[in-house]
Amino acid sequence: MSCHVARLLRAFLAVITLSAMASAAAVDPQTVRDLAFGESDAKIKAIGALAASGDADALQWLQALLDGDVKTVGEDQVLLVKGENATDLLTGKTVQPVPENADDVVVNNRVRKGLATAIATLRLSAPDRSVRLAAAKELQNGADEETLPAISAALAKETDAEIKELMSLTQASVQLGSKDRATRIAAIRALAESSNPGTKTLLLGVLEQKGGSYVEADAEVRGEADKSLRAVESKLVTGEMIGRIFSGLSLGSILLLAALGLAITYGLMGVINLAHGELIMVGAYATYIVQNLFRRHAPAMFDAYLVCAVPIAFATAGLVGMALERSVIRFLYGRPLETLLATWGISLILMQTVRTIFGAQNVQVENPSWMSGGFVAMTGIVLPWSRIVIIGFAAMVLLLMWLLLTRTRLGLFVRAVTQNRAMASCTGVPTKRIDTLAFGLGSGLAGLAGCALSQIGNVGPDLGQSYIVDSFMVVVLGGVGQLAGTVYAAMGLGIVNKILEAWSGAVLAKIAVLVFIIFFIQKRPQGLFALKGRIAET
Amino acid sequence: MMGTAFVPAATGGPRFIGLLSAGGWSLYGVAAVLVLVVFPLLHLAVPADSALHVSDYWVTLLGKIMCYAIVALAMDLIWGYTGILSLGHGLFFALGGYAMGMYLMRSIGHDGVYQSDLPDFMVFLDWKKYPWYWSFTDHFWYAAALVVLVPGLLAFLFGFFAFRSRIKGVYFSIITQALTYASMLLFFRNDTGFGGNNGFTDFKRILGFPITAPETRMALFVITGTALLGFLLLGRWIVTSKLGRVLTAIRDAETRVMFSGYNPLYFKLFIWTLSAIICGIAGALYVPQVGIINPSEMSPGNSIEIAIWTAVGGRGTLVGPVLGAAAVNLGKSWFTKAFPEYWLFALGLLFVLVTLFLPRGLAGLLRGRRKAP
Repeated sequence: MSCHVARLLRAFLAVITLSAMASAAAVDPQTVRDLAFGESDAKIKAIGALAASGDADALQWLQALLDGDVKTVGEDQVLLVKGENATDLLTGKTVQPVPENADDVVVNNRVRKGLATAIATLRLSAPDRSVRLAAAKELQNGADEETLPAISAALAKETDAEIKELMSLTQASVQLGSKDRATRIAAIRALAESSNPGTKTLLLGVLEQKGGSYVEADAEVRGEADKSLRAVESKLVTGEMIGRIFSGLSLGSILLLAALGLAITYGLMGVINLAHGELIMVGAYATYIVQNLFRRHAPAMFDAYLVCAVPIAFATAGLVGMALERSVIRFLYGRPLETLLATWGISLILMQTVRTIFGAQNVQVENPSWMSGGFVAMTGIVLPWSRIVIIGFAAMVLLLMWLLLTRTRLGLFVRAVTQNRAMASCTGVPTKRIDTLAFGLGSGLAGLAGCALSQIGNVGPDLGQSYIVDSFMVVVLGGVGQLAGTVYAAMGLGIVNKILEAWSGAVLAKIAVLVFIIFFIQKRPQGLFALKGRIAET
Repeated sequence: MMGTAFVPAATGGPRFIGLLSAGGWSLYGVAAVLVLVVFPLLHLAVPADSALHVSDYWVTLLGKIMCYAIVALAMDLIWGYTGILSLGHGLFFALGGYAMGMYLMRSIGHDGVYQSDLPDFMVFLDWKKYPWYWSFTDHFWYAAALVVLVPGLLAFLFGFFAFRSRIKGVYFSIITQALTYASMLLFFRNDTGFGGNNGFTDFKRILGFPITAPETRMALFVITGTALLGFLLLGRWIVTSKLGRVLTAIRDAETRVMFSGYNPLYFKLFIWTLSAIICGIAGALYVPQVGIINPSEMSPGNSIEIAIWTAVGGRGTLVGPVLGAAAVNLGKSWFTKAFPEYWLFALGLLFVLVTLFLPRGLAGLLRGRRKAP
């Protein structure tokens, strides 16, 4: 008995000295004891108290407790073990070496959960954004009325929108479980402002029926919940629509890039190039090579590789295209069906060549850091930078092509040869050279498409195959020889495809679009924007 | 467009005799005896250790190639004679194959892995009964009717709309490719009810006969051979008739045909639908011999390959495409065994070289040489 008293006295003395020394052990020793020796209930209470204190050291201890680094020796030493060293939490003294007979502090599942929640609560005020975000996510499932004040306090200080959103959702979900009716109604009203999909689940939970009776007994609260639910749902629908239109635009811009080259070779020159998809693939692989060169020789400038890859992809695909025009396609002008077969053969050869050189597996093309992440348009709707950049890129390519075709001598020649080859030749246009150049331009555009595609999809030998049917559809739908038609068709197809996709699934959407095109061609065989005049029929 | 030697129907004598020249008939007879008599005997009657024995491998390979030859023949009618390049013949082939496959799946009975009334893939999807479009497919003749009707009807509808709005040339080719591609996507789906990715396989019997027995296989082989020889004569009969002349005229100058008072729509529609039906029958003969049908038969690449068989053989000659299909596929099976990684190079080069240097195909080569002296 006296022994106990003496121990307690010693402990008190220690506490006094410790506080006087204002050492690391700023926590009430009773709390430490509860933590180390108490029953589960006492432990959880102590943890809650620590968490509420907002002490920086508390976080460290709680973490150590969770990691099993807090040990007890007998009933009078609580050690915080760090490798070879240990600190006595009661006395603040260093103990070395760690005693052999040190026991682990019992942390059962209940305590563990409490610990995790407490740690998350403490981390909510960490300076690092990612730590706070992780903590907010952790708290979504673990918060209760105990942690509510800490969450509310952190929420008031928080500046980051995403974290704020998460925390207020957590706060509301705790408040929804409150016994106080006013608190519940206030929480439900607050939720109406949210546009987070999680809110819907929360509110639906309030309106849920279990075993014939409502979970929420109060009719007025339910009414409020219903109102809030409708508000949230309408916001969610708007958000979803924005997201869908954006992904439609993104798909459209990709189709546009893939189809612009075809619009030149097929639309303007009348050459069916089934190897167009493989020229896209060549562009993507050129990007891959540039990326590897940068990684090996200039890792510091890695982020700039894409800027460098754009002209290289254009040039590589363009040169391959010009070589094809010179060696094969030139001899097949005026025989479109034969051209179709020959270019299919070329596509097989190109694919197999790439397979032989790079292997049949997909290769890894990494986004530069400035393209990763996204722009948060609304809660729950993140528009990836890579896709935004590609939309911008497509617009730029379109503008450049328009300028090239309408404002330059080359463009004038291309249009002249397209409209009347014999007459153009008579007036001194070097038609054969123009053919080669125009085909090279179309192929180069395919290369640019490949460069863009490498940033958002897999790069493999089959890359081109998946785009060839789609891009032909764009050109056919848009009308032959029409840039504007190509743009409208690409964007229209992209958006319609994405909207249908949400409604009926990806494959059915694709089938629906193809069937639609087949029927559309019935009505307007010349595409959306038919050439007017007498040149339509040959 | 293409200088095809057009042999007019012989005047005098019954029309049937005039279909082929005397030399043609003798070659035809030799081919018939080889395929229908000699080959089966060599396989079934000659003991396996004899040098003259024809192995299972060759029976399957040649049976398959004869199916392809029928497809090439169908392609020649529409492309070689009428000038319409279809990139959708793989679809009609596969539809015929699927129709036959439905019957074959039904006749597995309870011998599947799950020993259920339903095919294994439906058990796997937890379906309790057959979807409506599977009804009656356990009757062989109904399935046989589907083999003809499904590709025929689809081709008729599609062709009617396409030809009516005067879609032609490359446009038509690309639209047919899109149709094939869309169907492939559809058949790849599990809930379409045709086995998804894996398609139909593991057939056990056909009309009660075990499907892997040598006699059954030989019977299928002979039926395929008969079909091929029959379609050759049918094709010959069509292209030497007045109808055939109009078709060739449409190929060479469609506008002039219209100015002469013909409506090309029905001519095109007839030959297009017939071609699709022939393809469907080829598919139906193909499936029991090869033992599997899956959506990859509808991939755009397959349909284009059909065109190259026809081009290699020589368009507008009927016999040419048959030889072309045989040559390309024999080459393929040799290449894929000897140099698997170079087959696509070879095929690709074939596409390029044939279009550049051999516009009249193998048949043109042979004919040119015969004319030379």
